[in-house]
Formats: sequence, structure tokens, C-alpha cells
Amino acid sequence: MIPASFSYHKANSVQEALGMLQQHGGDAKLLAGGHSLIPAMKLRLNQPSTLIDIRHIAELQTISVAGDHVVIGAGVTHHQIATNAHIHAHAPILAEAAEWIGDVQVRNMGTLGGSLAHADPAADWPAVMIASHASIEMQSASGSRTVGADDFFLGFFETALQEDEIITAIKIPVAGAHTGSAYKKFMQPASRYAIVGCAVVLTHENGKCTAASIGMTGVSEFAYREKAIEDALVGKELTPENIKHAASLAAKDVTLMSDHFASVPYRKHLASVYAERALVAAAGL
Amino acid sequence: MTKLIGQSVKRVEDKRFITGQGQYTDDIVLPGMTYAYILRSPYAHATIKSIDTAAARAMEGVVAVFTGEDIAKAGINGVPTGWQVNFKSGETMKEPPHPLLVADRVKHVGDSLAVVIAESREIAKDAADLIEIDYDVLEAVWNPADAIAADAPQVHEGAPNNICFDWELGNPKAEVDAALAGAHHVTSLDLVNQRMIPNPIEPRSAIGHFESSHDRYTLYTTSQNPHLTRLLMCAFVLGLPEHKVRVVAPDVGGGFGSKIFHYTEEALVIWASGKLGRPVKWTADRSECFTTDAHGRDHVTKAEMGFDKEGNILGLRVKTYANLGAYLSTFAPCVPTWLHGTLLQGVYTTPKINVDVTGVFTHTNAVDAYRGAGRPEATYLLERLLDTAALEMGMDPAELRLQNMIQPFDGVSQPGYMTQVALQYDSGNYQATLHRGLEMVGYEQFRQEQAEARKAGRYLGIGFSTYIEACGIAPSAVVGALGARAGLYEVGQVRVQPTGKVSVFTGAHSHGQGHETTFAQIVADTLGIGMGDVEIIHGDSESVAFGMGTYGSRSLAVGGSAIMKSLDKILEKGAKIAAHKLEAAVEDLDFAEGKWTVKGTDKSIGFGDVALTAYVPHNYPQGVEPGLDFSSFYDPANFTYPFGTHIAIVEVDPQTGKVDLKRFIAVDDVGNVINPMIVEGQIHGGLAQGIGQAMFEGALYDDGGNLINGSYMDYTMPRADDLPSFEVDRLVTPCPHNPLGVKGAGEAGAIGSTPAVVNAVMDALSPLGIFNPSMPMTPESIWRTING
Repeated sequence: MIPASFSYHKANSVQEALGMLQQHGGDAKLLAGGHSLIPAMKLRLNQPSTLIDIRHIAELQTISVAGDHVVIGAGVTHHQIATNAHIHAHAPILAEAAEWIGDVQVRNMGTLGGSLAHADPAADWPAVMIASHASIEMQSASGSRTVGADDFFLGFFETALQEDEIITAIKIPVAGAHTGSAYKKFMQPASRYAIVGCAVVLTHENGKCTAASIGMTGVSEFAYREKAIEDALVGKELTPENIKHAASLAAKDVTLMSDHFASVPYRKHLASVYAERALVAAAGL
Repeated sequence: MTKLIGQSVKRVEDKRFITGQGQYTDDIVLPGMTYAYILRSPYAHATIKSIDTAAARAMEGVVAVFTGEDIAKAGINGVPTGWQVNFKSGETMKEPPHPLLVADRVKHVGDSLAVVIAESREIAKDAADLIEIDYDVLEAVWNPADAIAADAPQVHEGAPNNICFDWELGNPKAEVDAALAGAHHVTSLDLVNQRMIPNPIEPRSAIGHFESSHDRYTLYTTSQNPHLTRLLMCAFVLGLPEHKVRVVAPDVGGGFGSKIFHYTEEALVIWASGKLGRPVKWTADRSECFTTDAHGRDHVTKAEMGFDKEGNILGLRVKTYANLGAYLSTFAPCVPTWLHGTLLQGVYTTPKINVDVTGVFTHTNAVDAYRGAGRPEATYLLERLLDTAALEMGMDPAELRLQNMIQPFDGVSQPGYMTQVALQYDSGNYQATLHRGLEMVGYEQFRQEQAEARKAGRYLGIGFSTYIEACGIAPSAVVGALGARAGLYEVGQVRVQPTGKVSVFTGAHSHGQGHETTFAQIVADTLGIGMGDVEIIHGDSESVAFGMGTYGSRSLAVGGSAIMKSLDKILEKGAKIAAHKLEAAVEDLDFAEGKWTVKGTDKSIGFGDVALTAYVPHNYPQGVEPGLDFSSFYDPANFTYPFGTHIAIVEVDPQTGKVDLKRFIAVDDVGNVINPMIVEGQIHGGLAQGIGQAMFEGALYDDGGNLINGSYMDYTMPRADDLPSFEVDRLVTPCPHNPLGVKGAGEAGAIGSTPAVVNAVMDALSPLGIFNPSMPMTPESIWRTING
């Protein structure tokens, strides 16, 4: 529980942080909420030579509505998301999911950008990002780019984020009419990460599903889109039977994780149960 | 003046705890202090082929590096065991050495290999990373039932088949066998009482401080038991003169048993400090707490209970394999034997009982007393048997209990109850707590709700536990006959200062219990002074004459009674002084409200004036010594026996197997109560730990003997939102043999609650079959139970 020695630098702007990243190279780590990085450093699983603290960068801490998107600064905390009026009005699934993250202390310190960059396979946000068609803005010294959530999560703790980049903002399309959403989570009781976390955004008209977007976390090595469930639902009536059938297709084509809280068959079973529960809630049944 | 005894006085110690002003061992910084880091084995079983410390020694800021070879060369003994259990044959138990640092073969993950002492913790840790050890990794065994197999890896050379002792208690086995053979029904359960990790909020820490000016050592340590630590360390490990060693256990952040014991690190920092001439501090990190704080429970048991046609219990047969870990911790042999077998009478009239326990070494961390220590294991098997038997025989679990319970007795006009397993219960009214529990839960109404829920496909269940425990552990002569290598009395000194203010020195140790409040309430009431005029001092071998520490719910029953004895002496002497001043006979005085009054007059003298007279004895009775200061050793006549009824109501989600604990009712009888709020707090904490065992906690090992859930990311501690709002009530059956009539409340919650929760899950699932859920009842384990 004693980290290896490191140097600490506090950045006051994204520009300054990018300069520090360039200067210190691959051994530097960005520090936001620190709720994943610092425990890893204490266990010496991670021994960065340099920490660049981006927690105090004001430009990363705003939530606004721009056109048909809610734009969330990467440094916004889970608690701010849970309590923000724009989020509640236009991207309510984020507010719902934020309440499920860790505990009060974690929600007060941990940030959306930090969680996405860390990409824990059992974190809540990745499923929600996929379900809500989020796009992630990243900046480096040579410019900025935007990647959709589906192309951001690439593997076990692996994302599209490059070493010289900082996530600056997350853009969520404003939820349209006839849209329902839900995040249902079966918690790992010790860490409170997801054993299964299923995020659902459904559009329906006259009881018929016109669009479905479903993200799943905790189940496999990284969060993914439940394409089979989506395909099974779109165009169908949102009846309990149709939902149950679609949910039974959960975790069909992924490599499932296993640990002492949930074996492969149990996790697969839970993925269906929680897909069904999230779909039922999103459909307002 | 309002009586303080019986009032929920707010805890005086909380001011410093809540405002961050507690003084814990790790807060202490001494001039010239150095910092120790202990390099520990990552393997459960391995021989050490070589150990190279050269690079660590060469690092700047490193003061010294010691290995097992240095300890062996210095002729330092291992840490001893404080309790002896003999084989059935009479042969002494196997007692292999537990060295401060291991030189040849490590025997569990976390075994100590080397200590690096440096100018900072960070340097010590960095240097420890440079120590190169060449291991030859060997096969390990962690399960006690596996460890006794003929081909199992051996932990110690001198303990064949890894057996430390075998032991039995109760009626001859043949008699119990016959009782079960003739029974109408026998309920048989294979049970695992899983290994628990105590997890006090404050990690263990120890500072060794040698002062060459006085040839004197001071050990600051996170101990529940500073005097015993001093005795064991001085007399058995380091061979130091006890009068030259002071042991201080300052504020201690919880223990749950794990801080009773004398640990290797304590002797190590004292020895190293003497060698280096500088203070040496060691503080465990959380990972070390998981791997090296003595663990609890870990029994593998077969339990069988026989009944006649009417449901009367005919006999109980218990066979337990108790995991002791790799080394014998201070009280390890006592826990699965004398603290477990003796409780198998429970609150029932069972006429024949035989318990057989095999103590087993494994390649795991030591197992010792953990909140309840042996009594939760006994209660678990008994109460699981009762609810299972009721289901199997189609009887009501509450009725089955009531018909088998020992009738009420007060221990004064009626004698204590002699059990089949060596105890005499002091006083009891067991049915009353069950009746009260049934009333609180609304039993009949619940059974109706349950029936309706079942029709709707919901799985509601109720579980019972009617427990008894033995605490206030004593008397010395008895525990000595049972193998204790120490007495089990307590010391209480009351020093009245010249101004009438009172300093109380107790051998009990508070690490969350609130002694500074409870004991002050007793003293203030007895002397008729304000609580603010009383200071409770504990935890320092230099100020407190002696002490046996705090564990086994003994502080109030034994430590409080010792203080009462001294208070009696204070009042007796005070009366002589008062009589002299009032020119009356002692027999003519009344003492009330803090003053002595001559009966039938308004002539009186206050406690403060008497105190001043004792120290300024100008006008003073002949033959009476000056001063007002008494010390007492209280060695009680018996254990105390709290009891109660715990009832759990659960709902099981059949889709996921998740157990929702909906209600928890606890009716406890802990005898008289000094501070109801503190008692309720103790009950709540115990319940959380007992429920934690049922639903969440438990050490898990892989085949190599590695602890696979040694962090808070992986080991599930119960949290507030996992638990319902507890519904608690108390009944009062005073203890007949101590002056306060108190029994003890620290462990009751943890002892009674665990089987109630498991029984409730069994009841919930009973439409699907009679299951024996294993602990912890994780959702997956229940899902698998339901789905075969």
C-alpha cells in the first residue's frame, strides 16, 4: 500500500496538460478522480514516473446543451451527472446510472472521462455510452478528434485513446420523443462494480419498438453492444413475451468473464435476466 | 441526583474520535524514529534456497535488514501459545515454533521472511523490493478436512498428519451413539463454518522504543491485551525483564478478537530497537491485515441430532475439524474446544451430547478468536439442526424450540443449570426471549403472508436462532484446569485524588466498547459524584497494575466488578473518616448522594471533604492510613451466560438467487445494563458481523493456498445498505454472581444472528426442497442450490 515514488504536476488547462504529456512521455499518467489509478499505484500494479493532475481544469467541468447534444466535460464527477438538470431532462439514463456507481465518496471524486479512459470491463459508464450513442472527444497537441462509443472500447482495459491524448468531452444525443431508457445492474457486492450492467435506450411508437440501443458491461472483457437483442426487438411489439425472447439472446457471441462472484454460466444467465429487467423498465411495462 | 446507571449517556470518548483527535499507535512519532517493512512470503509453502539482501542494505536510507538467520543467531524464541489442549490420550498438543522471521521454510502466504528498517516507510518498501529470494515452491493444503489425509503435504515435521490435537467432551460416545440409534428421527448436517477475516478499521501497528539511558523498552501496540502481550513477549520470546518493559495500547480502532494476541511484529520491533538504539515503527497495510491478522472460525463439521416421535431431543453428536492455520496463535487451541464444545447444550435439555474436535494445521494464516470465538460455531450447528429438524419432521421451529428448552431459573432461589458439557449456567429465561421475538415479528401474520407470497411465486422465509453464550471468561482456577496458561481475573484500581476527583485504572482495554463512559457511570453513581469528576485510564502497563484485557465480552462483568470491589473499599474507609469527622459511629451513618449523613440528623460530610481529609489527615481516626486509593483483583465465580432470540425474514429472488434480508429481530438478555445505547450499539455491530458471515464474508483460497479475496474489491464486508433497520429489544435476567448483575453484550449479536439468516433462506426455499445453504449465501450459490 506504499506507491513507488513519482513526480506530480498540476495542469491548469488542457493545453498545459497536453504540453506536460509531451514532455514526460509514456511514463506519465493523467490523474482525474484517482479512484482507479491510486489504488493500482498503492499496490504497485501501476508505477507511473509522473502524474499530471487534470482535476482542476475548469474547461473540463461543464455540462451544457449544444444543439441536439448534451456535452459533458470529461472532468465532471459522477455526482454532478446524477444531479444535473440538463442530464435529467435530456439524457436521463446517465443520471440513473450515475447513482449506481461505487459509493458517495467515489461519486464525489470519480469523473466520467477518467472512467472511460480507464475502461474497466465492469465499469458502468461504458454500457451507458454505447446505449446512448455517445461520442468521445479527444485532444492531442496535433488536434482533436471524436470517436463513437462503439469504436472507443477496444479490449480489456483498452480504448481508442492514444498516449498523447486527453478526453475532453462526451457528447450525448438529446433523447427524443417516445424514448424510454433504463440502466439495471447486478452489483459485485464488494467492489460495487457491475457483474452485469445493462443499459437500454428504446424508441417506441404505439407499442412497437422503432429503435433499440443496448450496451452491456461486466459480462465480457469490455463493454459491447447487444446487437442480437436489438435486432430481435426492432419492429416488434414491446410485449413481455417479445422482451423475454430478445433478452434470452444476451451474451451470445462474447467471451464471458468468470470470478468468485459469478461463473460463466451464471453470468450468462444474469445477462439475460438484467437485459429483460432493463428492457421492461425502458419500455415502461 | 439522577442515577446514571441505566441511562444512555453519550460516549465521552467520541469527542476525540469524531474530531480526529484520537491517538492511535501509527499517530505516534518519536525522535529518531525508523520505519520497518516486513517482506512476506507470496507462497503458502516453499523452502528458502537463498536470500540475498545486499542490494537492499546498500540502498540509501536503509538502516538495517534482518532475516530469519539473524533471529536464529540471536537465539530469539518464537511467539508462544497461551492455552494447552491435550490429546484424548493425554499427550500434550503439538506446539511447533512460530519464529519472528522464517529462515528455512515458509508455511503460509504472509509468513515473515525479512525486515527492512529505513529512514522512511517508502525507502523500506523500495529496499524490500530489492531482496532476492530463491524459493522451492511446495504443495500446500488449506482445507482442514483434506490436511489430515495420509498423503497431504505436511506443515510441521513434528505434527504427523497435520494434527495438533484431538479432543472430546460430554457423555461417552457410545451413550450418544445409542441415543441416536434409538431415535425416531435423526437430523444430520454437513456444515462449513467458513474462515472469516476480522477487518478492524485500524491496521495493526507496533513501535519498539529502547532507551539506553534507563535500559528500558516501550512497546506501543494495537492491542486489546497489553499486559498479556508484555508477559508473553518478555518471558517467552525475548527474555527481557518485565519491569524494564512498558507496553502501551493507546486508542485502538477495533479488534474483534484479532488484536488479543501477541504477534511476531511486536517482538520484532522491540528487538530491532534494542539492536539499533532507535525507535522502530511498523504499520500493516491493508493487504497485510488480510493475510496476517489472525482469522476466525474455519470449522468443517458433521452434526447429528436425534429426536423422539414428539420432537424431544434425545442426543447430539458433533465431529469437527478445526483449522488452526500454520502456527498456533495465542488462544487458538482454546477456541474450537473449550469455547465451542462447552456450548453445545445450547438452551435445550439435550440429555446426551458428545463432541469430538480435531485441531488441524494447514498452510494458511493462523486462526484464533474472532467475535464470539467458538460460541458462534456451536450456535450455528445447533440452530441449523433445530430449524432443519422442524422442517424434516413437519413441526413448527418455534414450537420445537419451546418444548425442548430449559425451564427458567434465577440462579439464586433456584440452582444454576448443569449441562452435559462441563458448564453450569448462571441464570436463564430462554422461552421469554422467544415469546417476545414471536410477538415482535408477528409470527402468525407472517406465516399467512408467506403462504400468500408463495402462491404468487415469491419466496419469503423466516429463520430462528435461540442462542446462549458463555462470556466474562473466568474463573482462573477453572480456566487453568482447562489449559489456560494465564489467570482470567481483572484488576480495578480507584484512586480518589485529594480534591475528590477520581482516577480509575482498569485492566480492561477499550477499542470501541465505550469503557470510558460505562465505567465512569458506575463510579459516579456509586460515589455520588459527577461523571466529569471521573477519568478512566486503561491500556498502559505503567499506570495500570495488571490486566487481562478485553475479549470474550468480559470487560464489564469482570473488569467492572473489579472496580466495584475497589469502590466498596473506598466507601468503607471513607465511612471511617466521615464517622470520625462527624463524631458518630460508622453504623450510624448513611451514604447517599455523595455524602455521609448521621441517621436522623442533618449532620453530614461530603465525599470531597472526606477525600481531602484522607490526604490532609490532621483530624483523623486512629489506626486508619492516610490516602484513599484501592486496587482489587476480581476473580469471578463463574462465566456469565447471556442468551436471546434472533429472527430473520428474507426474500429470495429465484431468478438471481439474491437474498434480500427484509427484517431482523433481536431480543437479547444480557443481564443488567449500565448504558442501553452502548449495549444496543454492541448488538447492532455484532448483528452486522454475524449477518456478514451468513451472506457476504469468507476467505477463499486457491489450490496453491493463496488468499484470492484479500482486498476490499474482492472480500465483501456488510455495508449499511445491505442491512435492514434492526428491531431490537432486551429482557433482563440478572447475573446472580457478580456485583453488577451484568452478563456481557459484545459478542451476542455475532453469536446469535448467523444461523437465523441461513435458516430463513432454507425456509424461503422449502417449497422447492429442504436445502442446506452454504455460507456465505452468495447469489450464485443460492441460484445453484435452486437449480441443482
